[in-house]
Amino acid sequence: MKRFIVFIKKETLQILRDYRTMLIVILMPAVQIVLFGFALSTEINNIDVAVYAPIRNNTINNISNRIASNSYINFKGYLNNAQEINHAMKSGETDIVIAFSRHIDEVEAGAMPAETSVEIIADASNPVSAKTATGYVSSIISGNLAETAGASNPIKIEPHMLYNPQLQSSYIFVPGILGFIILIICAMITSISIVREKETGTIDMLLVSPVRPIVIVGAKLVPYFALSCVNLATILILAKYLLDIPMQGSIVLICGISLLYIIMSLAFGILVSTISKNQIMAILICAVVMIIPVIMLSGLIFPIENIPVALQYLSCIVPARWYIEAMRILMIEGQPFSAVLKQTVILSSMTVIFLFLAIRNLNKTMR
Amino acid sequence: MNENIIDIKNLTKKFGAFTAVNNISFSVKKGEIFGFLGANGAGKSTAIKMLCGLSRPTSGNGTVAGFDILCEYEQIKSRIGYMSQKFSLYDDLTPMENITLFGGIYGLKRKDIANKASTLLENLGIADKSKQLVQSLPLGEKQKLAFSISILHNPQIVFLDEPTGGVDPSSRRKFWEMIYETASKGITVFVTTHYMEEAEYCDRISIMADGEIKTLGSPQELKNNYMATSIDEVFRKIATKAIRN
Repeated sequence: MKRFIVFIKKETLQILRDYRTMLIVILMPAVQIVLFGFALSTEINNIDVAVYAPIRNNTINNISNRIASNSYINFKGYLNNAQEINHAMKSGETDIVIAFSRHIDEVEAGAMPAETSVEIIADASNPVSAKTATGYVSSIISGNLAETAGASNPIKIEPHMLYNPQLQSSYIFVPGILGFIILIICAMITSISIVREKETGTIDMLLVSPVRPIVIVGAKLVPYFALSCVNLATILILAKYLLDIPMQGSIVLICGISLLYIIMSLAFGILVSTISKNQIMAILICAVVMIIPVIMLSGLIFPIENIPVALQYLSCIVPARWYIEAMRILMIEGQPFSAVLKQTVILSSMTVIFLFLAIRNLNKTMR
Repeated sequence: MNENIIDIKNLTKKFGAFTAVNNISFSVKKGEIFGFLGANGAGKSTAIKMLCGLSRPTSGNGTVAGFDILCEYEQIKSRIGYMSQKFSLYDDLTPMENITLFGGIYGLKRKDIANKASTLLENLGIADKSKQLVQSLPLGEKQKLAFSISILHNPQIVFLDEPTGGVDPSSRRKFWEMIYETASKGITVFVTTHYMEEAEYCDRISIMADGEIKTLGSPQELKNNYMATSIDEVFRKIATKAIRN
């Protein structure tokens, strides 16, 4: 135990002395929160919308007025035929064209036509923004049609934007950033710090001493664990007071699951350090195995439901996916523990597996 | 009571098809300065690692400080000191912090560490630099500090893996004075080196090539056997026959 404390002192001294890294580690969460929360939003502004209507009646005028008065949308006027639609889309004058069929007339008259459709034609060269913009427009149209046709409306679309009615992207990003930052600090920086001792040769001095490898590595984890807790606090405070994220769920649960995830990342960091020969290799392994999948496959930026099915299955083995999911359920939806039971169980078993592999490898490589 | 502090029999280490150390046997007496020579890649470091309990021999056995290297390496570890090829202190800590760390690792009491540290720093003439980071010290001073720290816990034997690499001649001479002083206290010194004139300072030396110990004896015996005027010449006669280099 005395040895353990001696080691923790040494690690802490070294971290404090390397003030540049320290600064990055402390400031990174704040910078990322600001970046993702404000600058990198997936909200859409300035959608250019035109309307194609064979007949202009009240319904269509109403819809056009509503579209024109929407602050996210620029109304680009009416189009008269298919060629004009084609041209408007190709030239980029419009992002979306709303095309009404002739039967809209009959709906207004109170009849029930066999076939009525409103087409929303969107420029999907950017699928994410197209999807969001289509969502805006279709909600305006459906709202209007419902008023016109009353209860007998044959065209019934009812999208519900639960939990995030303004579709604010920062709500989605905060749990993602937590998952990302914890992973970088715990896995990447920890593994680098162990591998660095291999490079400088100081690890030999420690290994010929009577200290057990588990003590050496365990003592390294303590200061990084503390740093991660500081980061967790920073992100949660910024999220609540700067980004006004509701934090519906129990703070104890949020912290509890985060601690579980921190331990898992630390175990992964040790695992990486045992298979890396130098710092560059450690960085590469962390980047390829952890960081890229976290960005691509965890739902941090791209919703899991939108990626191909094969990748959806692959995303199941990315721990951050489950952590981010759990954080969203807790922070934004504010559901009780029973709602994140599945994620907790998955994260716990991953933690156990990583810890087991890390300690087994450690004992093997250190001797 | 066995007066050999190291007793090695038929030690072999294989990495796959490659035999790094091939069936070496030797013993080192208590209080001796034992030179362990060999070209790069001859298998010296692998052999030392096996003696220190860092690497498990493929076959063979032996004792270090009276303990079996196969199963009692934990006991061995607390009775040996080690200073590696590369400079092996923490550059981003001060000399004092390094001493405290390694003293703590070997289970010395805080009061003992403080006493030893002050005499040690004084003897090395760096008492005024005890609060600077180690990286700002000249290499010669770093090496002497590393050596002093490796014998801080009064080990029975100290392994020095190329301790004077890259150090200027006058610092090297001072370093060897420290080695003599250590040996006079009864600590066995097991040293590898590239400098053949240093080999002449040893009580006995062995020369490794191709993973085998080609010759072993006092410097004078070897010179007589190989009809050479210096160890350097002996070494060249053996090393030129080596297959791998």
